[in-house]
Amino acid sequence: MRESMEFDVVIVGAGPAGLSMACRLMQQAQQAEREVTICVVEKGSEVGAHIFSGAVFEPRALEELFPNWKERGAPLNTPVVRDDIYLFQDANKAKKIPNSLVPQTMHNEGNYIISLGNMCRWLAEQAEALGVEIFPGFAAAEILFNEDGSVKGIATGDMGVGADGQQKGGYMEGMELHAKYTVFSEGCRGHLGKQLMEKFDLNKDADVQHYGIGIKELWTIDPAKHQPGLVVHGAGWPLDKDTNGGSFLYHGENNQVVVGLVVDLSYSNPYLGPFDEFQRMKHHPVFKETLEGGTRISYGARAITKGGFNSLPKMYFPGGLLIGCDAGTLNFAKIKGSHTAMKSGMLAAESVFAALVEDDQGGKELTSYTEALKNSWVYDELHRTRNFGPAMHKFGTFWGGAFNYLDQNWFKGKLPFTLRDNTPDHAQLKEASKCQPISYPKADGKISFDKLSSVFLSSTNHEEDQPCHLTLKDAAVPVEKNWRLFNGPEARFCPAGVYEYIDDTRDADEKRLQINAQNCLHCKTCDIKDPSQNITWVVPEGTGGPNYPNM
Amino acid sequence: MKILVMVKRVTDPNVIIRVNAENTSVDLNNVKMAINPFCEIAMEEAVRLKEAGIATEIIAMSIGPAQAQDQLRTALAMGADRGLLVESEESLEPLTVAKLTAKVVEEEQIGLVLLGKQSIDTDNSQTGQMLSAILGWSQGTFASKVDIVDNTLNLTREVDSGLQSLTLTLPSVVTCDLRLNEPRFASLPNIMKAKRKPLVIKPAADYGVDLTSKIKTLKVESPNTRQSGEIVGSVAALLDKLKTEKGVI
Amino acid sequence: MSILVLAEHDNTGLKEATLTTITAASQIGGDIDVLIAGDQCAGAAEAAAKISGVSRVRVADNACYKGLLAENTAALVVSLSSEYSHIMAPATTNGKNILPRVAASLDVSAFSDIIGVVSADTFKRTIYAGNAIATVQSEDTIKVITVRGTAFSLAEQNGSASIGAVTEAHDLGLSTFAGESVAKSDRVELTSAGIVISGGRGMQNSENFSMLEKVASKLGAAVGASRAAVDAGFVPNDMQVGQTGKIVAPDLYIAVGISGAIQHLAGMKDSKVIVAINKDPDAPIFQVADYGLVDDLFDAVPQLEQAL
Ligand SMILES: Cc1cc2nc3c(=O)[nH]c(=O)nc-3n(C[C@H](O)[C@H](O)[C@H](O)COP(=O)(O)OP(=O)(O)OC[C@H]3O[C@@H](n4cnc5c(N)ncnc54)[C@H](O)[C@@H]3O)c2cc1C
Ligand SMILES: Cc1cc2nc3c(=O)[nH]c(=O)nc-3n(C[C@H](O)[C@H](O)[C@H](O)COP(=O)(O)OP(=O)(O)OC[C@H]3O[C@@H](n4cnc5c(N)ncnc54)[C@H](O)[C@@H]3O)c2cc1C
Ligand code: SF4
Repeated sequence: MRESMEFDVVIVGAGPAGLSMACRLMQQAQQAEREVTICVVEKGSEVGAHIFSGAVFEPRALEELFPNWKERGAPLNTPVVRDDIYLFQDANKAKKIPNSLVPQTMHNEGNYIISLGNMCRWLAEQAEALGVEIFPGFAAAEILFNEDGSVKGIATGDMGVGADGQQKGGYMEGMELHAKYTVFSEGCRGHLGKQLMEKFDLNKDADVQHYGIGIKELWTIDPAKHQPGLVVHGAGWPLDKDTNGGSFLYHGENNQVVVGLVVDLSYSNPYLGPFDEFQRMKHHPVFKETLEGGTRISYGARAITKGGFNSLPKMYFPGGLLIGCDAGTLNFAKIKGSHTAMKSGMLAAESVFAALVEDDQGGKELTSYTEALKNSWVYDELHRTRNFGPAMHKFGTFWGGAFNYLDQNWFKGKLPFTLRDNTPDHAQLKEASKCQPISYPKADGKISFDKLSSVFLSSTNHEEDQPCHLTLKDAAVPVEKNWRLFNGPEARFCPAGVYEYIDDTRDADEKRLQINAQNCLHCKTCDIKDPSQNITWVVPEGTGGPNYPNM
Repeated sequence: MKILVMVKRVTDPNVIIRVNAENTSVDLNNVKMAINPFCEIAMEEAVRLKEAGIATEIIAMSIGPAQAQDQLRTALAMGADRGLLVESEESLEPLTVAKLTAKVVEEEQIGLVLLGKQSIDTDNSQTGQMLSAILGWSQGTFASKVDIVDNTLNLTREVDSGLQSLTLTLPSVVTCDLRLNEPRFASLPNIMKAKRKPLVIKPAADYGVDLTSKIKTLKVESPNTRQSGEIVGSVAALLDKLKTEKGVI
Repeated sequence: MSILVLAEHDNTGLKEATLTTITAASQIGGDIDVLIAGDQCAGAAEAAAKISGVSRVRVADNACYKGLLAENTAALVVSLSSEYSHIMAPATTNGKNILPRVAASLDVSAFSDIIGVVSADTFKRTIYAGNAIATVQSEDTIKVITVRGTAFSLAEQNGSASIGAVTEAHDLGLSTFAGESVAKSDRVELTSAGIVISGGRGMQNSENFSMLEKVASKLGAAVGASRAAVDAGFVPNDMQVGQTGKIVAPDLYIAVGISGAIQHLAGMKDSKVIVAINKDPDAPIFQVADYGLVDDLFDAVPQLEQAL
């Protein structure tokens, strides 16, 4: 029998959603002078280690959570001063879009350029000061159920198990954390969230979820070129007309900028490599001028949930809730999800607290949460932008962009119809034989880099001797299907070089899939885009994964 | 016997280190910090000695900034009984650290001090030896085996040529090497309990030790990146270069 | 200025690390005395007298210095220290064990593992496992320094210094030498080998690694590997060189069928001479190699073995 501990609430994942939930719950408890026990588990080595975002931050939810956030020293140091938007025509040309033609959702007055990781570090301090127990380095590996089928809690993963599945020296069995309510805030494509959706059929009435992969680097640049508060967004090149996405460049503090690219995972050409697209993108004069002479100091990647309103699942189930990007509360028209994630967590806190006050012993369906969400600005915001993604998917960047301009600026998102897009991203991939190989330029080591030296800067690592956390349902599928039909797309969409198709040494004409799990950035793209849906991402031993500073 | 374990807060071994733009230090801004891996080994050894009934109490001590409480909590979760933070925002040089520790050793009537063989930030490998000198005790550095019988310490050390065995009188200072043991993971209940274990914070200035540094760091730079050399045409040409130009074979 | 160098020796002769430390001492300038401490170590003293630049060899030959016990040897060095401005030793396990003890006894700071001499009071040393280099200055009257052997060249050996005995024995009775077991030498240890030859994924299987073993045994080298070779099961885990494997800095590192990913370089970039054998002229390993051979390793390695 595993050891167990009891809490009122267990929260899985210390991102903006989970931490806001914890803070809000404790604030209410303190106000009502009631004791509530909250435990947050986080798979990263510390809070913030796995947080990866843009980020232009809309402070709306933060204002509600901590009206005095400034006095408390929240790390919002760089107000946005200007928005530039470019339409990239090719490797050299770009048109700056006049302000009057930009969808309203892309304006950023009142917002801040932040590191979401640092924001979470600060939120964790607030939460701990309020009495929340946060445990970094512990991954929730398994959902526990009561006999009646309701969620009972989670179990953390075992530590000290070898690659062969045998216990090693220092072996420590996982623990059961039981709670009246268990809240899942794992962010985009949570691996337990995915299981819950299946088990409780939470997606029944929702459109298929859609995703993008965001790749980003942090640079220190020449102070003469640094314009704190400048936000640059771009669309078009290097992505072709069948591939959606957008680029960004934000000037933050300390002479640092972040530069990134989000590629829609609905892309169809298996030869496409989001990482390679991003590397070549930086050579465009708009980016290169800023970056030239600078130093790249960090790198990372993370999938982003972009289905928005139409794809929102049912967010409650017996004994628990889904919040933030684990459910998909991101507003893709704004490419912002942290404020809505926070708000969803705060509303969840209110529902859970109301239940606890009534001496609820847990295990129920907290329908009040969805009600509260429907009455909040989150719902309003997501509803207005519901057509944004599907328009892009349906009409491409250009006409989709035009549609979005009209929809968002003239009709404020209130056009009386909804565009739908129900093909899952992994099913969009075409067979390699029907597609053009893409030849990407070689990295120059100054502006563009190879994957392995990039991964190096994420400070990612995993204990080598542990079971592989990228599991295959069928070990034959990679070569039989992904290699033969799709030319091994996982080698390209994985931003960390985890998947390599290498020559089988026993048979020169054969390939073998090598999985370098140690490199993994926990972006979840493989779990989403594998055309065979054969790869399942599960949590590795706690603390494994990237160690992002200031990301 | 009371054991004092020294625990240093350093950058996490997985983190990539970069020199700051001013060339004065490495960039530690929001970098993940952790307990020095060799100190973790020292902590594990202390717990084993307590489990074996040899140690009666384990005090974990850190000399460093307020945030070093995190590392002390880790030590407490691993099994230390109480913690002591000798607080100093300035980073102190090994000699000063040794002098402060010597004061604590006297105050607490310590019988054995365990610490890491070096910290992975400054890479000095001096503190244990200096402490031992100040206390006038025996010293066992780079330990890969610690065995205490009848008030003597049988120690195996990792030395360049292999292994060296020493018999040391107690009290003693022992610095721990990688192969001494494999530290345990701190369990969730122990981490929770650790939050309630006593942890005392005292300013370093209170110990009557001169804290000024005798070492000035003038500059911190990135190591030179290697330049690519030449492509040789054949194995014979290669061997010739290695023999005549470099003399390495 | 006068400098005392505590020698690393095996009683009959000197270790190379002593010669490099003397080179560092001569860069500081001033008279250099060498201290030979040990049990039956006259042979080492003779050898020390031949090193160019040495003025005096001082021999403390006594059973209490057997195994260079830190307590006794430090007391010996401290008893001689008043004559010197610098006390130096190689950054070997002995040097690192003894000199900090000397420094604290003298109430001065110590400098570990220096890689450069800037002036008599300013030195360069690596920090953060070689990821940064600090230039540090000492304000102490006596500077206590250990020296990284690979950072300095060997001192020449055409001198003729005088030899004098230090008779006073400093037996503090705190520790006793109880034996030494020399590392088994049928396989050269990766981290201490003078030459390392490593194979990567290009080796294709474990049998092919025997090609490298053959070269290694001719060169007295240790055999290492990349992670890809370890992951593919060609060789065991403890042969991995790199970020998550062993860190090596031999005089000669030969990378065979290794692409040169940054994580591999992290474990061998401080090698004195790097040789790469790879059939891909664009492999990143060539950017750090002193000598590159663009060739199929299955041709080049057997040729190499035969030519040795
Ligand atoms: C490239 C990119 C750019 C973006 N730009 C912006 C922007 O400019 N503005 C904006 O507002 N938003 C932006 N977003 C979106 C924003 O980052 C997310 O909406 C937000 O992070 C979601 O918060 P969350 O708390 O739901 O999840 P996350 O931030 O993903 O946090 C989840 C946490 O849970 C942990 N976790 C996951 N699974 C487990 C488990 N099983 N056990 C333990 N711990 C677990 C994770 O390690 C992580 O710390 C961007 C996203 C990306 C990828
Ligand atoms: C967190 C982390 C930690 C890591 N730690 C380490 C580490 O400690 N050590 C390490 O090595 N790697 C490490 N890696 C992995 C590293 O990134 C590389 O994947 C690995 O070093 C590649 O090994 P390789 O060069 O043997 O293989 P490859 O990159 O596949 O290179 C094989 C090379 O062999 C050449 N070749 C093939 N056949 C022949 C032939 N017949 N003749 C001549 N040349 C031939 C090819 O041209 C190619 O250049 C780590 C990665 C991460 C993310
Ligand atoms: S293995 Fe999967 S989750 Fe990990 S970095 Fe690659 S694509 Fe992302």
